[in-house]
Amino acid sequence: MQDLNSLETELLAAVGSAQDLAALDAVRVAALGKKGSVTELLKGLGALSPDERRGAGAAINLLKDKIGGAIDARKAALDARLASERIDVTLPARPEGEGRLHPVSQVMDEILAIFAEMGFTLAEGPDIEDDWHNFTALNIPPEHPARQMHDTFYLEGEEGTRKVLRTHTSPVQIRSMMAGKPPFRLIVPGRTYRSDSDQTHTPMFHQVEGLVIDRNIHMGHLKGCLLEFVRAFFEIDDLKIRLRPSHFPFTEPSAEVDIGCSRQGGELKIGAGSDWLEILGCGMVHPKVLQNCGLDPAEWQGFAFGMGIDRIAMLKYGIPDLRAFFDSDLRWLRHYGFGALDVPTVAAGLAR
Amino acid sequence: MKFTLGWLKQHLDTGADADAVSEKLTAVGLEVEGVTDRARDLAPFIVAHVREASRHPNADKLQVCMVDTGTEVLQVVCGAPNARAGMKGVFAPSGTTIPATGLVLKTAAIRGVESNGMLCSERELGLGTDHNGIIELADDAPIGAPFAQVMGLDDPVIEIAITPNRQDCLGVHGVARDLAAAGLGTLKPLKPVTVPGRFKSPIGVALGLGDDAAACPLFVGRHVRGVKNGPSPAWLQDKLKAIGLRPISTLVDITNWFTFDRARPLHVFDADKVSGTIRARLAQPGEKLLALNGNEYTLTGDETVIADDSAALGLGGVIGGESTGVSDGTVNVFIEAALFDPIRTARTGRRHGIDSDARYRFERGVDPEAVFSGMEAATQMVLDLCGGEASELVVAGDVPEWKRDIPFRPERVQALAGLAIDESEATKILQALGFQVDADAMDYIKIPALKVSVPSWRRDVHGEADLVEEVARIKGFDAIPAVPLTRDTVVARPAVTPEQARRARAKRLLADRGLMECVTWSFLPRSHAELFGGGQVALRLANPISADLDTMRPSMLPNLIAAAGRNADRGFGSVALFEVGPQYAGDAPEDQALVAAGLRRGQTGARHWTAAPRDVDAFDVKGDVMALLADLGVPADKVQVVSGAADWYHPGRSGTVQLGPKTILARFGDIHPRVLAAMDVKGPLVAFEVFLDAVPKAKAKTSRSRGTLRASDLPAVERDFAFVVDASVAAGDLVRAARGADKLLIEDARVFDVFAGGSLGEGRKSLALSIRLQPTERTLTDDEIAAVAQKVIAAVTKATGAALRS
Repeated sequence: MQDLNSLETELLAAVGSAQDLAALDAVRVAALGKKGSVTELLKGLGALSPDERRGAGAAINLLKDKIGGAIDARKAALDARLASERIDVTLPARPEGEGRLHPVSQVMDEILAIFAEMGFTLAEGPDIEDDWHNFTALNIPPEHPARQMHDTFYLEGEEGTRKVLRTHTSPVQIRSMMAGKPPFRLIVPGRTYRSDSDQTHTPMFHQVEGLVIDRNIHMGHLKGCLLEFVRAFFEIDDLKIRLRPSHFPFTEPSAEVDIGCSRQGGELKIGAGSDWLEILGCGMVHPKVLQNCGLDPAEWQGFAFGMGIDRIAMLKYGIPDLRAFFDSDLRWLRHYGFGALDVPTVAAGLAR
Repeated sequence: MKFTLGWLKQHLDTGADADAVSEKLTAVGLEVEGVTDRARDLAPFIVAHVREASRHPNADKLQVCMVDTGTEVLQVVCGAPNARAGMKGVFAPSGTTIPATGLVLKTAAIRGVESNGMLCSERELGLGTDHNGIIELADDAPIGAPFAQVMGLDDPVIEIAITPNRQDCLGVHGVARDLAAAGLGTLKPLKPVTVPGRFKSPIGVALGLGDDAAACPLFVGRHVRGVKNGPSPAWLQDKLKAIGLRPISTLVDITNWFTFDRARPLHVFDADKVSGTIRARLAQPGEKLLALNGNEYTLTGDETVIADDSAALGLGGVIGGESTGVSDGTVNVFIEAALFDPIRTARTGRRHGIDSDARYRFERGVDPEAVFSGMEAATQMVLDLCGGEASELVVAGDVPEWKRDIPFRPERVQALAGLAIDESEATKILQALGFQVDADAMDYIKIPALKVSVPSWRRDVHGEADLVEEVARIKGFDAIPAVPLTRDTVVARPAVTPEQARRARAKRLLADRGLMECVTWSFLPRSHAELFGGGQVALRLANPISADLDTMRPSMLPNLIAAAGRNADRGFGSVALFEVGPQYAGDAPEDQALVAAGLRRGQTGARHWTAAPRDVDAFDVKGDVMALLADLGVPADKVQVVSGAADWYHPGRSGTVQLGPKTILARFGDIHPRVLAAMDVKGPLVAFEVFLDAVPKAKAKTSRSRGTLRASDLPAVERDFAFVVDASVAAGDLVRAARGADKLLIEDARVFDVFAGGSLGEGRKSLALSIRLQPTERTLTDDEIAAVAQKVIAAVTKATGAALRS
């Protein structure tokens, strides 16, 4: 019966060293399971003579009971230990970072996602511009009343050569058309500057410019493009737009664009009601602008538009005060910011 | 630009109401900013007759009036001293909202006597400031009639925004022309007037501009003698008051009328105060002028002045002078109608800060053909309203050439504006706007086109695109169909370059690492710029919005540090902020760099029950830098981190990440205490700047394949070493030496402990190094491992002078 003794020692050791219930159960299966070592011994009894069977059977059953008892005892001990290892799961998890993206970045990404669907590519230009790119090339000659309307910031320097902070993203039209070859389909977000400061104006703000130049682009395409954009951006499928004749020196014809809204009860609601809200200016690129960029207006034509990014961010996300955009108040950034994973795509929905 | 509906209807034959007019104005590009319909606001207020007035039984200063409203007689308690039996006043029944207070009138007992409504004062109706008594109406005012109608206040006032190109609509007649063209009615043509001259003007006119003749190409004058000035008639006063102008005297009101009715500014001089000839000339530097607004201006010499033989009498096209202004006693008047150069007019007005209705029009360009017609019509009005006798005209200069023809292909309306319209309709629209359309093709161009002649009042129309706009805006932009902008490919192509894409990723990576994105001004106080290596003259604003936003930022850190300071003041001392944006080293386009900058201030996080937070340190921001560079595709084994950064960093606690000796990719570390002190922000504060433009461009990939993974099944072996080195030895050098000892076997080498002091002695430190060996062919034997260890020790010792710690 040497086998039984060593098996007993072995099994009891295994039981004693089981550190958790799963390990203990593995020991049980290995000993007492259908194919367990003890079970196999019991199965082997049939091959013995009745006398041998009686003696061996008693010994094996004793072993079986011993092991079973040891397992039960170990199980109880383990249960008690786990009970003592109890933690308070209502305590907070370890702190993690709380980074957010600024609404301007998020809305720029949203705008890009939509215009990418319409075949636009991103273009950029410098914030500090020369007079020619910011004004003259855009058909705004010196002393034109529009220059005064722009409330330009000038850098120190000689009159005539001194630089300006770009008053709009339109100089990037000029730079892009001069650097490349038509057709063009560009979207240009960026910082812009005007000497203006009150509740709804800040000396720096963000604008996005669109430019489409091809052979047969007309105002109907402009309307179609902007209609698609505002519906996708504001996520309102039946949002209405209205083009109103206006004037910009760099477009002809020129228009301002309104979207449908309601102002009932003093609350602005986009998409509802019968009121209109102006959101952008646009038009067909002026032949002189095309000429200034070396394009023949008899061959090439197209449209451009410019829109305030901060403003449409305020409209979409109900942000009340423009000045707070630039104050870096942690509470504001937490409340109006976006998570790093909130990458806007048309496929997955722009916003959630 | 303001006008009333009634005023408009003097030029436009239409049955349209204010709403219809407003809608059409906006549709043609004359955007309506507001309509004030006082008849609507004042609708409940009616004319009432006070039949009886008796002392209130319980109050000395109150009266009890029996008021006939035309439909009933009501008892009203009134406190006005002028309330009396027999008068007619303005009555508001119970339920009316009082404009001045916004309160709703209720039937109530006043000192025990019931009062049903109120007799109103001017102030209560928002019509003036008079509150000494109730309004007294004329005896013949019909009882029960709407008060606004009786007082001529029932003419809605419309205010429109005029874009700078449309000076022709700075007069009501021009507005009417646009509306008529758009089908809202019929334009009433201006009646040509010619006033015969009865005598020769005793005052002559002249142009004395020399080379600057363009400053005033035409000056027309006329003397009218024997006029009687005084208050203008009520109809004229009402119109001017309705648009916010103060009636002054008949002569002045006439000039204002022409400014707003015809966009034709005029000026009147008291002829008896003028000596000699009136001439347009440039000002003399230092010359002084007391203007009609009561201000004295010292002129620079660039202005066009209207002067007589003794002095400047006014700034041409901008403002008249006090010395020759008309008064009630004026008997002889000299009327001026002239043309002034838009640019010089604008410059003069801007330089002296004078906004006037005349400047507003002249700087946009006044109709050159309206000088004579305006003078004739104005003379007629002076004769009609003030009497007198007109002289012959005195004229200096000529009407400048303004005629131009434009070839116009009607099909361009479809091609450019996307608006289907036939030639006859386009022609009709242009003609209604005053353009002459000649159906004969223009001979001198090869394409068939209409010849369109631009009217004198449309300075803004120069090319075919302008004509397309005219036709399209009058037809209406609503008629333009929305056409989808089709794309060349079914599936969209990337909209960004790889460099632009990784910049967008940089923002999300930093946000994911727990930093808050800020957007701060591109400008800052010069004192802050100077702390960060900036502030040079070329980057200062000549006209900053405020003194603390006067210089372009040389770095984004000062704005972020200031933001951290503001947040600390609000009770948020531990912040992690970043910004991805431009900074400026000069005023050329290539001087603008795109940078990802960030900072961490205070402690690593909130207090937590498992572990206390610690102060942020340079290795927090080094982590940000390295994670960002890795994401941007910079291979970690190619960069060097060297001690020290720019002046605004702590010299001993900052580092520069380089790619070779020249390319600086990033800087990080503690901000210099001197800088924090100057900015009044407390530490601990660590920061970083990653120069995104300096990161090498991603290579254009021909394949996205990542190659086959070669992972060894053989067990890796780790061995630890402790080296004692001089305190100045950089851990990076030690690691590099260890790695280089066997490039095939050594997969990784890293410092896992740094220890200084104790038994090591002054100036020494111990660096604990862990080496991971990864065999690729067969399991390493102990001898092979020992051999590699010896190579590591030898290499490290050679490179750094280290001794293996025993």
